[in-house]
This record gives sequence, structure tokens and C-alpha cells, in this order.
Amino acid sequence: MGRSLKKGPFVDPKLYKKVVQQGQGVDEPIKTWSRACTIVPEFVSRTFLVHNGKDFKKVFVTENMVGHKLGEFSLTRNFRGHGGKKAKVK
Amino acid sequence: MPRISGIDIPVDKRIGISLTYIFGVGRSLSLDVLKKAGIDESVKTKDLTEEELGRIASILDNDCVVEGRLRRQLSQNINRLKEINCYRGLRHRRGLPARGQRTKTNARTRKGPRKVVATKRSIKQMR
Repeated sequence: MGRSLKKGPFVDPKLYKKVVQQGQGVDEPIKTWSRACTIVPEFVSRTFLVHNGKDFKKVFVTENMVGHKLGEFSLTRNFRGHGGKKAKVK
Repeated sequence: MPRISGIDIPVDKRIGISLTYIFGVGRSLSLDVLKKAGIDESVKTKDLTEEELGRIASILDNDCVVEGRLRRQLSQNINRLKEINCYRGLRHRRGLPARGQRTKTNARTRKGPRKVVATKRSIKQMR
């Protein structure tokens, strides 16, 4: 929200190049750290491995995801719940 | 009582206010619509003619997304977020705020009434 229209959406140039080079048909997952990269129509039906700070989450891009950023699909938090064993046993 | 955009029946208030009883119509949209229809906003709703009401209704139907259609649009947008498994969708599924607000305190609108977690003492009492 709130990026200047003049600049257009942020798409990581290297990642974009890689996607275009890969061409249609082949669907080899692309490893990337570029969570801030906007998903453009060229990315549809491709798989990315998006870094979440620890490891790479598989993200298969569908048409609905265009306009979102890659990072939105690779969660960075891993919440295992509150309370110790006592609370769980009950 | 007049009917505009389906089920809504505004009362004997000024028309500018009456229209805001429709879901999706606030003060500014209400004034815009009346301006387009060429009706003064300070007229009481009961004093409007059928023809004037018809004009308002047709403007609302054609140019604005209101009531049922608006509600459907909203839930579609949320469902889309849920389906693509993105962070915002997840927050909607969990019923937590989706725009990065703090949840350590507050966020009661989304989370609903406070849930009390049992303290150590009360667990012992239960046994």
C-alpha cells in the first residue's frame, strides 16, 4: 500500500529475468530471498521457494495471487501455542 | 414508507440522512446522489414524490454498489484472501486483526470477549 505509481510495482529484476529465461512448460522451483517482490502475471503457475528467515517455503503461484508479494505466502513465525504440559494434559 | 435498493425503508427524516440507512451509503455518497438527482437534501423523505424517489433509486442501482451486492463483494474479497493462503487470509481465518495491529493487548473487536486462562490455583481446585 502506498507505493508511487510512477515507479510501478516492485519486481526483483534478477528474479524476473530468471522466470522469463526458464520459459513456459518447465516448472523447476526457483529459490529466492526476494520476499518483497510483487507477483506479476508472468509468475503464474510457477513454483517458488521463498525464504522465511530460516528455510524455504514452497509457493505455487495461482492467478489470484497476482499483485501480492511473495513474502505474504511464506510465513516467518511459527507459533506452537501457549501453556505447558500441565495445561495440555488436563 | 418508501423503499430504495431492496429492503430499506428510511423514515420521516431529511432525505440526506434517510439515505444513509442503506448499507454502503454514508453522508457524502448520499449528498452526491441527491445532487445528481437534483433533489435538495433538506427535504423530508415523506414529502418526496414517487418520481423523485424513483430517480434516486435508479442512480443508486446503476452507479453504486450497495446492500446485498456490496456485502457479497466484501465476503468474496475476504474469501479470495483465505483461498490463496496468504498472511492476511490466515489472519481472517483465525479471527485476528489483519493489518499488523498489536495483539498483546486490545484487538478485542476481532478477538471477541476476553477468554480467561485458568490459573494454577484454579486448576488444583478443579481436581
